[in-house]
Amino acid sequence: MARAVTTQRKALNTAIAWAIGLLIFFPILWTILTSFKTEAQAIADPPVFLFFDWTLENYAVVQERSNYMRFLWNSVFIAGGSTILGIIIAVPAAWSMAFVPSKRTKDILLWMLSTKMLPAVGVLYPIYLIFIKLGILDSRLGLTVVLMLINLPIIVWMLYTYFKEIPGEILEAARMDGASLRNEILYVLTPMAIPGIASTLLLNFILAWNEAFWTLNLTAAQAAPLTAFIASYSSPEGLFFAKLSAASTMAIAPILILGWFSQKQLVRGLTFGAVK
Amino acid sequence: MATQQSRSAARLMMAPAVILLLGWMLVPLIMTLWFSFRKYLPLRGGDQGWVGLENYARFISSSSFWPAVQTTLIIVGGVLIITVAFGIVLALLLDQPMWGQGVVRILVIAPFFVMPTVSALVWKNMFMDPVNGILAHLWKFFGAEPVQWLSQESLQSIVMIVSWQWLPFATLILLTAVQSLDSEQLEAAEMDGAPFLKRFWFIILPHLSRAITIVILIQTIFLLSIFAEIFVTTGGAFGTRTLTYLIFQRVLESQNVGLGSAGGVYAIILANIVALFLMRIVGKNLDT
Repeated sequence: MARAVTTQRKALNTAIAWAIGLLIFFPILWTILTSFKTEAQAIADPPVFLFFDWTLENYAVVQERSNYMRFLWNSVFIAGGSTILGIIIAVPAAWSMAFVPSKRTKDILLWMLSTKMLPAVGVLYPIYLIFIKLGILDSRLGLTVVLMLINLPIIVWMLYTYFKEIPGEILEAARMDGASLRNEILYVLTPMAIPGIASTLLLNFILAWNEAFWTLNLTAAQAAPLTAFIASYSSPEGLFFAKLSAASTMAIAPILILGWFSQKQLVRGLTFGAVK
Repeated sequence: MATQQSRSAARLMMAPAVILLLGWMLVPLIMTLWFSFRKYLPLRGGDQGWVGLENYARFISSSSFWPAVQTTLIIVGGVLIITVAFGIVLALLLDQPMWGQGVVRILVIAPFFVMPTVSALVWKNMFMDPVNGILAHLWKFFGAEPVQWLSQESLQSIVMIVSWQWLPFATLILLTAVQSLDSEQLEAAEMDGAPFLKRFWFIILPHLSRAITIVILIQTIFLLSIFAEIFVTTGGAFGTRTLTYLIFQRVLESQNVGLGSAGGVYAIILANIVALFLMRIVGKNLDT
């Protein structure tokens, strides 16, 4: 029996929930609005909310002055590259753990997860030193590899939980019919695994895009992605609110949109299947 | 049944991931351990040999160690309390029937997708700036003196910024748990006349306990290593130097690698203690 809810009660819920939702969202909304103001309006006292002269000037200035496109490209390259590389390495591993489990599968999974718990700062200098020795400090390649490694445990885990949901009988049937391992993976498993792989791709792209320890410490001018670009906006440029807002909006907009698609995967991906 | 052939194939397929993660874990870890026993100042004489446990002793006895531990505990504890408490309230609220539920959910979750440097900088300048920030305007509107957030109330400010970032995570996971609650049991309790607080305490909270534990453990691991939020806002000044930040300063800013590595080993041990509990829960879940 569904609980009967009065319209009045529903209206009250709606009002409270929307008020709280808007309050939480407000900093983002305010940043987006401010990015369309002039610098004078951005610090107007009292603040102007919607009724100002909307302008795109800040976007043009940020782009022109700081070569925004290069940082964007670095972000896309590093986040995309590390995610794709991670998936390529993780799919076979997750596949074998899900379909050919052995006694040690569970231990291996937990051990992989434990590498994710290693505090980055504890290994900062060794990585820094290795990067200098290999000449890959401040290079996109180096950062791509590091981000791939820190997200690899999550990728393996997510794929594993998705693969686990594929019924093993289907694979056995294919094997009985004489499908080779290669064909089994290519024609039977892949089509069923695509949604899981896509979700994993999405969430890990977001995590890599927002990663802000290694990106700040291992890059300088060349390979800096958007996280480092924004960090360079701390004072004095940060006091130009409109430009700061424009730069911030450009850095978070793509991920906000992707993020809305990945709400469900977020729970699965970040709790390692412990909450469903 | 898996055949011998598929077993060796499986091992082969696992190998790249296992070898990479093993290398990623062991190589830097061994290097950190090695450095932690040496006097190593890259800019002032380089590696000056074995010093035993001196770095470990010096790291703990330095005047900035205990304040850093305290700062870390306040930030982690503060953010945990705020996110879990508000997360439960929000999760229960979002589970109620309402109009535009999907949109509200998106509004609440959005901060999680904002990169740390952006949220830190937006809060620092546009909200917490003592002259032009929104909060300063708000304080003035009510006739109060604007607060120098990041210099005078620095710890509270950082806790606020980080809580804003992590509230969505707690809410989303707790909401997932709330939605799996058996509504018939709740209805029965309601019909028997149990007031909301009793229903919350005896039915809802026990049901959420596992999800709460998981939120606490996962957030602790991430919160112990927050970096960008402090790097961008205060740079470790005004009593906001956490253990992570202290180690970062020792290693990269003052280039005292031996000392910083000893600190790193402490941080690794601390994180592992938390991780152990998390692993137990996750491991148990794997069996079912």
